[in-house]
This record gives sequence, C-alpha cells and structure tokens, in this order.
Amino acid sequence: MKSIKIIAICAFSASSMASCVTVKEYQKNRINDSEMELAARKAEKFETSFYLYREGASGANGGKSGGGCGCN
Amino acid sequence: MKKTIITIGLYASFLSCAFAQNTTKYLFKKNTSSALKLAPKEAKSSEENVGILKTLKLEEVNLVSSYYQQDGNNSAVTGGIGTEKLFDIANSLDIKLSFTDKKARKHSLNTDFSVDYYSSASSDMIDPRSISSASKQDTHFYPSISWSMKNDKKHQTVGANFSYSTEWDYQSFGGNLNFSKSSKDNNTEVSLKVGAFFDTWELILPVEFRTNSGDRNGSFKPRNSYNVSLGVSQIINKRLQLMAVIEPAYQEGLLSTPYHRVYFKDGTAKVEKLPGTRFKLPVGLRGSYFLGDRFIIRGFYRYYQDDWNMKAHTVSVEVPIKITSFVSVTPHYRFNSQSAVKYFSPYKTHLTSESYYSSDYDISGFKSAFWGAGVRIAPPDGVLGIKHWNTAELRYGHYNRSNGMVANIITLSAKFK
Repeated sequence: MKSIKIIAICAFSASSMASCVTVKEYQKNRINDSEMELAARKAEKFETSFYLYREGASGANGGKSGGGCGCN
Repeated sequence: MKKTIITIGLYASFLSCAFAQNTTKYLFKKNTSSALKLAPKEAKSSEENVGILKTLKLEEVNLVSSYYQQDGNNSAVTGGIGTEKLFDIANSLDIKLSFTDKKARKHSLNTDFSVDYYSSASSDMIDPRSISSASKQDTHFYPSISWSMKNDKKHQTVGANFSYSTEWDYQSFGGNLNFSKSSKDNNTEVSLKVGAFFDTWELILPVEFRTNSGDRNGSFKPRNSYNVSLGVSQIINKRLQLMAVIEPAYQEGLLSTPYHRVYFKDGTAKVEKLPGTRFKLPVGLRGSYFLGDRFIIRGFYRYYQDDWNMKAHTVSVEVPIKITSFVSVTPHYRFNSQSAVKYFSPYKTHLTSESYYSSDYDISGFKSAFWGAGVRIAPPDGVLGIKHWNTAELRYGHYNRSNGMVANIITLSAKFK
C-alpha cells in the first residue's frame, strides 16, 4: 500500500513537471491575481493561530511550527 | 489595561509616522541647501539619505480584527473533563514600507502589532477558590518587525524577522533569517528560512499543588524552538502554480502545561508531564488554479508526524468566485485528522506507573472540520469611495471536532494602499 502511494506521488510530480511551460511576464495576469497567492490570506491570520492551540499538528502552512506562544 | 493603552499609543504613533511620509519629503527638500553646506563627504552621505527618504513609500496598511468563541467539555485544566468555554478578541495592525536603494534593490520593512484579549472559563479553574482569578482573562501582545531586500538583477531576496510575545504566564523572543532565489524567468523559486523562539513559561500550578498561598511561586522554565523551512514553488502554466514546503522543527524545555491536571485510575492527581524534547516534521503542498474567468481553486495538503507518535493529515480547499471584477465570494472547507500522542489518556485512565501523562484533548486523536465563507470587495475607487481603502474582507468559519468541541470565528480585514 505504501509503495502504491509513493508511485502515485512520483507519477503526479513527474506529470506536473512534464507539463511545465515557460510563462512570460506578460502572460502572468492570472497567476498574478491577488487571490492566486501561494500563501495564507491576511484574513486567515487568526484562524491559523487557533489551529496552533486546538490541534497538535503545526507548520508548513505559513504559520508557526511551534514556540512563540503557550500553544502545542 | 496598561498594555492596551501602550498598544493603542504605538498604533497611533506608527500610523502617524507612516502617513507623514509626504511631510518628510517636504522637510528634506527645504533643508537641501543646508546639506550642501556640509563637508563634501558628509554632504554626499546626506544627499544619499535624502534620496532614500524621497523614495520611501507606504506600500500598504492592513487591519485585521476577529472574534473567536469556543465551547466543549474536555478541558485539560480539569483533567480532561469540564468546560472549555472561551472567547478571544484579536486585533492586528500591519504596516509595510519600502524604498529602493542606489543599487536598485527594493527594501521592505514590515511592522506588525497584534493584541488578543481573551477570557477562559477553564483557566479560571486553576484556582477555583477565587471568584474570578487572575487566570480568567488576559491580554496577549505580540509585535514583530521584518525586513527584506529584493535584488531583481540577481533574482534573490534576503530578509530577517524579529518577534516578541507576552502574556500572563508566557514570554517569547523569536527571530528568523530567510533567503529566496528565483529563476531568470521568475517561474521557479526556492526559499530557505531558519528560525528560533526562546520562550519562558512561568510555573503556575493548580491551587492544590502549590506549596505557598500566592497565585505565583516565581519559578520559570525555558522552552526553545528551532525550525528550518525549505520551499520550492513552480509556475506550471498560465493558470496553475504549486508550492511544496518541508519544515522540520525541534523543541526543548518545558513542553507540558504546568496548570493541566491529570487524574489517575487510582484516584490520585498530578500535573501534566510530557517529555522535554519534541521533533516535528510537517510537509505541505499548496496550489492555486485559475479556472475559466471567474473561479480560482486554492488547495492545501499537509502531512505531519512527530516523535510523540502523532500523525496528522490536513486538507483545505477554498474557491474564490469573482462575481464582478472587484467582488468575490469565497467558500472554504478544511479537514484535519490526527492521531493521539502516545502520552495521552482520558480522565482517570492513566496509570501512576507511566513516566509521562496528559489528558489534553488538543493532542488527542480526533477529526475536525472547519467551513464557512468570505466576501471580499476591492472597488477601483476604493471601499465606500475612500480612495486609499483598497480592500475589505469579511470571513466566517465554523469549527467542530469529533470529540464535541465547537468554535466559531468571524474576521474583518481591511487593506489601505
């Protein structure tokens, strides 16, 4: 089961990279849309904070990965 | 109260500084003649300063306010039973300034002031003898300042951040250094961040475990956290971009909460005890896809595991729908599933022979869902016709956990440019 997962992840990554095309600056009007940003939005700031207190998992989401507060 | 007044004062002074940039330009223009009277070297330096200050620009000001409330029946303060009722009012002011130096590098300076005021029914049970103990309510103040320098010629950015946090029983100093490098076509970016927090936790024990009669015994314990974050982002095509992040973190010191009670099977009670180290390994994948002309699909997945035997999967999806070119509605959904740490057991099920014990349901095994929607407006003439009020967003979310805890959060954010 584990090996199937690894193969699926590798296949997905390979197909994603294979479909990469060079996107010129003038073609980035959609990519540069403020809603397309690859980060949590400002309005999510306090949601990210409460996950830190109410859940055990943290990090890799733009928020803290531990420390800086009396949280998990 | 004192902290609140200081915070409001700092907010006001920073706002006045930020919006006074035009005045600064005017003053320097008027004083140019006096700068020329200085010695040549000093005069050159002054001219450079004038140049920098002339390009000092207020990029944006963000205000975010939220109200959060929760309820449940598994408070760790009372050993895994009892009310978890809590509310939190949070406010944040974020000011971003920038200037371009003589080597055409763009410097950004970001200051953030955040304040939470909260009231917690379970914290009041640390000392249930008092009608309303000091622990019942508190103000959490956490400012931060960050700087970054972007060099477009070299396609790289370097930066640093410093943060401070203080609340009733907790104090923290944190910092990080970051570096990112993008490809010549700016379609690929690799980023690295190295950070640390140096925290101090005051040992405030539940009343029955205190050796003195006071609220506090003046004993402090450190908690240090170190993390490294490595990220790669890639523009796949004109509509799709992806980012992968791995962020290992290591913590040492007091990792248990001193006022959490644990009741054992034989009826005895102690305060929570957890190991003095914890290694965490989260891996995240984020993507955004522009579907047609009106829909954007934003997705996030994270796998997490640590050496306390917790494993977790988190998935979130939100779909901003552009109703018009300046109004969008965003439904969102997030699902989280986590296994319990090996030191967790519910109320009166721990054995006294165990080395570590906790009845904190935040690190128990559960599934949670968070869902809701947001409305965002960004009219070309400004919100309510106010030219500098660029964007307003209202967002609501409902959170529920499989162990019965529920929470609601409503957030209002405003961006001024």
